Amino acid sequence: MAEPLLTVRNLRVEFPTRKGSLVAVDDISLDIAPGEVLGVVGESGAGKSMTGAAIIGLIEPPGRVASGEILLDGRRIDNLSYDEMRKIRGKEIGAIFQDPLTSLNPLYRVSKQLVETIMTHMDLTERQARARALELLKEVGIPAAEERLDHYPHQFSGGMRQRVVIALALCAEPRLIIADEPTTALDVSIQAQIITLLKRLCSEHQTAIMLVTHDMGVIAETADRVAVMYAGRIAEIGPVQDVIKRARHPYTEGLMGAIPTIGGRDELLTQIDGSMPRLTAIPDGCAFHPRCPKAHFKCHTVRPDLIGNAQHSASCWLMESGAAGGASDTAGSEGGR
Amino acid sequence: MTDALLKVDNLVRHFDVSPPWLNRVIERKPKSVVKAVDGVAFEIGRGETFSLVGESGCGKSTVARLVVGLYNPTAGTLEFDGMDISSGTARSRNRGAQRRMQMIFQDPYASLNPRWRVIDIVAEPIRFNKLVDGDAAIKARVGELLEQVGLSAADGEKYPHEFSGGQRQRVSIARALAGSPEFLVCDEPTSALDVSVQAQILNLMKKLQRELGLTYLFISHDLAVVYHVSTKVGVMYLGRLVEWGETEVIFNAPRHPYTRMLLDAIPDLEMSGRSRTPVAGEVPSPIDPPSGCAFHPRCPLATDRCKAEAPKPVSVGAAMVACHAVEEDRLPEWHG
Ligand SMILES: Nc1ncnc2c1ncn2[C@@H]1O[C@H](COP(=O)(O)OP(=O)(O)OP(=O)(O)O)[C@@H](O)[C@H]1O
Ligand SMILES: Nc1ncnc2c1ncn2[C@@H]1O[C@H](COP(=O)(O)OP(=O)(O)OP(=O)(O)O)[C@@H](O)[C@H]1O
Ligand code: SF4
Ligand code: SF4
Ligand SMILES: [Mg+2]
Ligand SMILES: [Mg+2]
Repeated sequence: MAEPLLTVRNLRVEFPTRKGSLVAVDDISLDIAPGEVLGVVGESGAGKSMTGAAIIGLIEPPGRVASGEILLDGRRIDNLSYDEMRKIRGKEIGAIFQDPLTSLNPLYRVSKQLVETIMTHMDLTERQARARALELLKEVGIPAAEERLDHYPHQFSGGMRQRVVIALALCAEPRLIIADEPTTALDVSIQAQIITLLKRLCSEHQTAIMLVTHDMGVIAETADRVAVMYAGRIAEIGPVQDVIKRARHPYTEGLMGAIPTIGGRDELLTQIDGSMPRLTAIPDGCAFHPRCPKAHFKCHTVRPDLIGNAQHSASCWLMESGAAGGASDTAGSEGGR
Repeated sequence: MTDALLKVDNLVRHFDVSPPWLNRVIERKPKSVVKAVDGVAFEIGRGETFSLVGESGCGKSTVARLVVGLYNPTAGTLEFDGMDISSGTARSRNRGAQRRMQMIFQDPYASLNPRWRVIDIVAEPIRFNKLVDGDAAIKARVGELLEQVGLSAADGEKYPHEFSGGQRQRVSIARALAGSPEFLVCDEPTSALDVSVQAQILNLMKKLQRELGLTYLFISHDLAVVYHVSTKVGVMYLGRLVEWGETEVIFNAPRHPYTRMLLDAIPDLEMSGRSRTPVAGEVPSPIDPPSGCAFHPRCPLATDRCKAEAPKPVSVGAAMVACHAVEEDRLPEWHG
């Protein structure tokens, strides 16, 4: 395998409070090679966005990276000054935020925002930058892009705004893209277009992508590997088809089961009962044990680390005995339509 | 027709997006208008879920905003439980109608006041509609709502920025439910949620519908979700409904070529490596929509008539379809 472009080692993100520290990201390690797409899925609040924010150095105080290392191309970037990091952001690392409004200023025309960003990172005249902005808007599938370029963000539909944010992130041709739910508000056809665009960046420019999404269909189609997060940790990580078809961690199995499909129309969707623990009350042992149908004695007291091989591993005690998932196809052939 | 709670007829909303007056004069740019919604009619029966689907920018959120009165229609009528709510004046005459509806917004970030604690955000509709008396009782009710959406009562003390994206969306769902609405407009309510939380929210919505008889106007780009929650589905293209009817009919025997294209584009988990049938062509601009049937540049069945004449909706079985090929009976079998 090629040298990873991004390496995250034992990352821990904390929020200090009066009653002690909340740990939003707890000992996460992962890497992404050039040209590779790592999908990140998991329960809402599991720490996906926080991991992405740590990589681009944008955790809002009082939150902070408490320990661990982040390396881009072998160079540590987690200890850079604000100004040094700002140069890397946009140029080396492009970020697509979950919240389009943090990236777009409602008071400025979209053209102005794109042109300014392009001119900050690339050596282009205003006229060239405008041409590039237009080209990007077309690439993300905005109809009548020429006319739209000078509109304000509120004049766009939800999905169009999201695509403008994607265009902003791609402006300076970054080597690493952190894409946090880039396609959530998009219908399947635009989704396909954005995915094609991201994949093309990977194969033509060896761009590495961290793709955070809860849409398993998008993951299945785009990602090479996938990390499943639960309560601040990685529950399972492995090649995408392995994880989808032979989930090892009971949480991943539950997640696969909850995906609605067209075909069987039961009165209710399958759900994993209960909810993820709050950061102030992470249980001892395996954080998933209060909801886990397979929990046994050890799970209540001892926390499992990732167990498995370099390709596919899960933090679940069942991995020790070889009893974890896998035996039955989780997604099964009834998936899809 | 069963007893309709919401009736929408010939609904139109245009937006003026012309360049500033000076540019128009100097650069001789014309006036331009986005026909976001251009003649939409449907009814939602009491206790039913009507879903709108269609590609980004086709006007779904605009319909939602028109229904709850955030925009005024350019033309057309809206009727809620027999009351006219077509204009600002009609709405203020029928304030009762407004109280009975709530909306969950596509963008949870924009719809939560960042300076308020979650408890006050969720309590607002309770106080406004005077549903519960006394601070302690309001607090208890808010706690109950937060737990229903999978948060905890203690989360009420926090501010919106302390939550993840999906948690914030759940706060806005709790707020919408707080007003005890009879009619809920849900614009992409679960698209920011992972599937397990999504399943909990959708199951909760169904439970409330069964127990309290709630009526929903539901918008989602996830067709599998739409299939699960809807009684009826309407497919929109460029500001118009092209096909609408019973969910099973739309999904199992779709007639409009656009509906078929959408269904063919659904990704599935088995598809890694291969690609799904992509939706061909681009969404045209609603500023300058194609002549005749707006779908004709992308339609495999388009004829000269399609380019010249807009098809009128006709009733076929349990659905309404606006397509010449259907009317002319030259539609190929659906592979199903
Ligand atoms: N400013 C803050 N103060 C305290 N806790 C916070 C703050 N911001 C986020 N958190 C907590 O950190 C945890 C991780 O949040 P994160 O945004 O990374 O979740 P996520 O996995 O991206 O979820 P989603 O899918 O809902 O977007 C959440 O439990 C959240 O409540
Ligand atoms: N306030 C506005 N001013 C100008 N144009 C607008 C305004 N609101 C919406 N539009 C335009 O109207 C059209 C329909 O927008 P709408 O938000 O209803 O789409 P949508 O179907 O909800 O799309 P999405 O799936 O992306 O949310 C779009 O072309 C949009 O740019
Ligand atoms: S470690 Fe135990 S509780 Fe945790 S997922 Fe595995 S079986 Fe379930
Ligand atoms: S009216 Fe013509 S162009 Fe429009 S969908 Fe039908 S066949 Fe296609
Ligand atoms: Mg997030
Ligand atoms: Mg919308």
